[in-house]
Amino acid sequence: MDTMADLQPGDKATIVSFTDDELSLKLLEMGCIPGEEIIFKKKAPLGCPVSIEVAGYLLSLRKAEAATVIVNCGK
Amino acid sequence: MENNSSNPSSPDSLQTIALVGNPNAGKSTLFNALTGLNQKTANFPGVTVDKKSGFFRIKNEISFTSYRLVDLPGTYSLYPKSLDERVTGEVLLDRKGIDYPDLIIAVADSTNLKRNLLLITQLIDLQIPMVLVLNMADEAKKNGVLIDTQLLAEELGIAVVEMNSRKGVGVEELKQLIKTVAVPKKNFIAQVGEESYAAYLQKQLLSENSADKQLERSEAKETLARYSKIKELIARTVRYEGKAKVIERSDRIDKMITHPLMGFLIFLGVLFIVFQTIFFVAEFPMTWIEDLFAWSGNHLTSLLPEGFLNDLLVKGIWAGLSGVVVFVPQIALLFAFISLLEDSGYMARVSFMMDRLMRQVGLNGRSVIPLISGVACAVPAIMGTRTISNMKERMITIMITPLMSCSARLPVYTLLISLLVDDGEGSGFFNRKGLYLFMMYLLGFVMAMLVALVMKFILKAKERSFFIMELPVYRLPQLKTVLITMYIKVKVFLWDAGRVIIVVSIVLWLLSSYGPSGRFEAIDAKYNALIEQSDSLQKDSLNTLMASEKLEASFVGIIGKGIEPAIRPLGFDWKIGISLITSFAAREVFVGTMATIYSSGDDENTLRIRDRMRAEINPATGKKRYDEAVCWSLMIFYAFAMQCVSTLAVVFRETKSYKWVFIQFLYMSVLAYVGSWITYSILS
Repeated sequence: MDTMADLQPGDKATIVSFTDDELSLKLLEMGCIPGEEIIFKKKAPLGCPVSIEVAGYLLSLRKAEAATVIVNCGK
Repeated sequence: MENNSSNPSSPDSLQTIALVGNPNAGKSTLFNALTGLNQKTANFPGVTVDKKSGFFRIKNEISFTSYRLVDLPGTYSLYPKSLDERVTGEVLLDRKGIDYPDLIIAVADSTNLKRNLLLITQLIDLQIPMVLVLNMADEAKKNGVLIDTQLLAEELGIAVVEMNSRKGVGVEELKQLIKTVAVPKKNFIAQVGEESYAAYLQKQLLSENSADKQLERSEAKETLARYSKIKELIARTVRYEGKAKVIERSDRIDKMITHPLMGFLIFLGVLFIVFQTIFFVAEFPMTWIEDLFAWSGNHLTSLLPEGFLNDLLVKGIWAGLSGVVVFVPQIALLFAFISLLEDSGYMARVSFMMDRLMRQVGLNGRSVIPLISGVACAVPAIMGTRTISNMKERMITIMITPLMSCSARLPVYTLLISLLVDDGEGSGFFNRKGLYLFMMYLLGFVMAMLVALVMKFILKAKERSFFIMELPVYRLPQLKTVLITMYIKVKVFLWDAGRVIIVVSIVLWLLSSYGPSGRFEAIDAKYNALIEQSDSLQKDSLNTLMASEKLEASFVGIIGKGIEPAIRPLGFDWKIGISLITSFAAREVFVGTMATIYSSGDDENTLRIRDRMRAEINPATGKKRYDEAVCWSLMIFYAFAMQCVSTLAVVFRETKSYKWVFIQFLYMSVLAYVGSWITYSILS
C-alpha cells in the first residue's frame, strides 16, 4: 500500500487509513476521512511540505505527516 | 482586563456572544463588520492568545439591546490541538466564566461545508442558543456549491443566514436573527456513553496533557460518527455543479507564487519592500514626530516657570512620550503589510515555502517576516510574531529577534567604525567601512540562528509541532481590515508597552540629571561665575563642559564608575559605562551620551565626537583609549546586549511573563559580556 507521501503531483488517490493516532485526529478534523478522494497538488520548492486537494480545499502538510496516511491510488 | 464600563447600556441587558468558526472562515471580517472600531485586544486569562472583544447594539421596537462580541480563536473542532484552540473549548464549557456566551454565532465557509460542519455539529451538541452564518456564499456559488439554506436550517435545528461578510451582505439579516435566537432543536451526538456531550468534552479538555490513547480513540470514533451523519446531511442539502472556479484561479496563482525559482524571487521582492518601508519610508514620519515633540517641548519650557517641575515635564515625561510615539509609524506600516499578506492568503504560502528551512532551527515559516522586520526595529517585529500559532516557535522567534541588527545600532556602529577606519581610505564599493558594517549585520543574523538552534533543543514543547495547515484561496485584501489592524496594534502598543517605556525613560532621565545633594550646586556655582565673565563664544563651550561634569557627578555617573571594575576586562572605562546605562532608553543614545561626556556639544556633529574620542588617552597604557580592541569589543557588546527597554516592554506584553523577559535579558547580557571579553582579549 502507498502512503500519501509516495504520490506525485497530479496523482489521485483515496484515503484508506492512518498509522498515527494523534495525527489522525488532526487530519480527520481537517477533512481527511477514509474513503475521501484526494488530489496530490505539489511539493514545496524544497521538496517538503506538500499540498493536496481534499474536501474542496487545499491542505498542506509535511512529508513525514503525509507518510502516516495510507492511500489507495488504484494502480 | 475586561472593562465593562465602556458598554453603553446597563449590565443587565448586556448579552455576551461568542464568535466561533474554522480559521479562514471569515470570522474577523464579520467581527469588524459588526463592531467597527468599537473593539479591543487583550489576552485570554493565563495565555497569550489574542482575545478580541467588541460591542454593538441592535435596535428593538422601543430601545436598543447591547451585545458584547468575543472572537474565539479559530478551530477545526472542539478537541484542542493547540493552546489557541484550547481556549475556545474552555470558554464554551465554563458556565461560570466571564466569557461564557448567551449565544453563539458560528461562522462556516460555504465553499467547504463538509469540513466546517464538523465543528458546527459539535457546537450544536453543546445546546447553547446559536445561529449559523454561511459565509462566502457568493464564492460557493461560483465554485458550483449550491446550498439549500432553508432545508439546512431545518435539518440542523438552528437559524441559518447566508452572508458575504466582506461586502457586508447578510449582516442586517444576522442582526434580526440574533434577537430571536434559540437553543438548537436537534442533537447530533447527544451522549457519549453515559455522559452528555458537554460533560464528555469537559473530561477530554482536562486530560488533554496526558495524551491518553483511549481518549484519542474515542475522539476519533466520535468524529467519524459525526462525519457519516454530515455526509448524509450534505447529500440532502447541497448540490455540486460545474467547475470550482475560485479554486482553479488559486491554483494558477499558486503555480507562480510557489514556483521553485519565481516563488523565492517574489518572496525576496516582498521582503525587500517590507524592509525598505520600515527602514526608510517610516523614517519621514518618525522625524516629523520627533521634531514636533522637540518643538512643542521647547514651547512648554518657555511657558512654564523654570525649575524641577518644568524639567520633569519637558525633559522627562514629554521626551519619554516622544520616545514611545516615535515607534508608531513602524508598527502601523509593518502591520499594514502583515494584514495584507495574511488576508490575501500569501502568508500561508510563505510558511509553505520556508517551512523546510526554518524548522531546522526550530522556527516557523512565518518567523521570516518578524526577523526581517527586526533589522529595522525589534518592537514591531516582536508584535508581529502573533501570526505564529505554535507557541514554541513563536517563543523562539521572540527570543532571537532582538539579535537582528536594528536601526538603533546603526549610529553606534557608524561612530565606532569611523574610529577604526580613516576617512582617507577609498570609498569604493568594497571599502572597509561598508565591509565592517556588513559583518556586524551578518553577525547578528548568525547569532540569532545559533541561539534559535540551542533553544530548539532546550525548550519543551507543550504541543506537538504540526504542519497540517489550510492553504486558503487567494482573496483581495480589504482596506477596512488593514486599517482596523493598524489602529488596534498601535493602540495596544501605546497603552500596554508605552506605559512601561515612559516610566523607565523618566527614571533614566532622573538618574542622569540629578546627583547626590550638593554636587550639582557646586558645579553650578563654579561655572556660573565663569560664564558671567565670558563672551558668548566661550559661554557655549563652558556650558558643554558643565553638562559633561554634571553627567559625571549624577547618579548615572556614579553607577558608571561603580560598574567600571566589572567592565574593565572588556576594555571599557566608566565613561563607556555611563553610555551603556543611558543606552537603555534606546541604543542610539550612546552617541548622544558620548557627545555630552566628551563635551563636544552638539550631538549631531559626529565628526567632533569622533575626534574627541580618538584623542582620548588610556591613562593606564598611555595609548589611545579607542584602539581597535576597544572599538570591536564595544561593537560586539552592542550587537548582543539587550539594551532596549521598549523591546523588553513588548516582550512582556507578548509573553505575559517576567520569566521570558528575564531569560532574554540574561542570555543576551551573557552573550554580550563573553563576546566582548573574548574580542578584547584576542585583539589587545
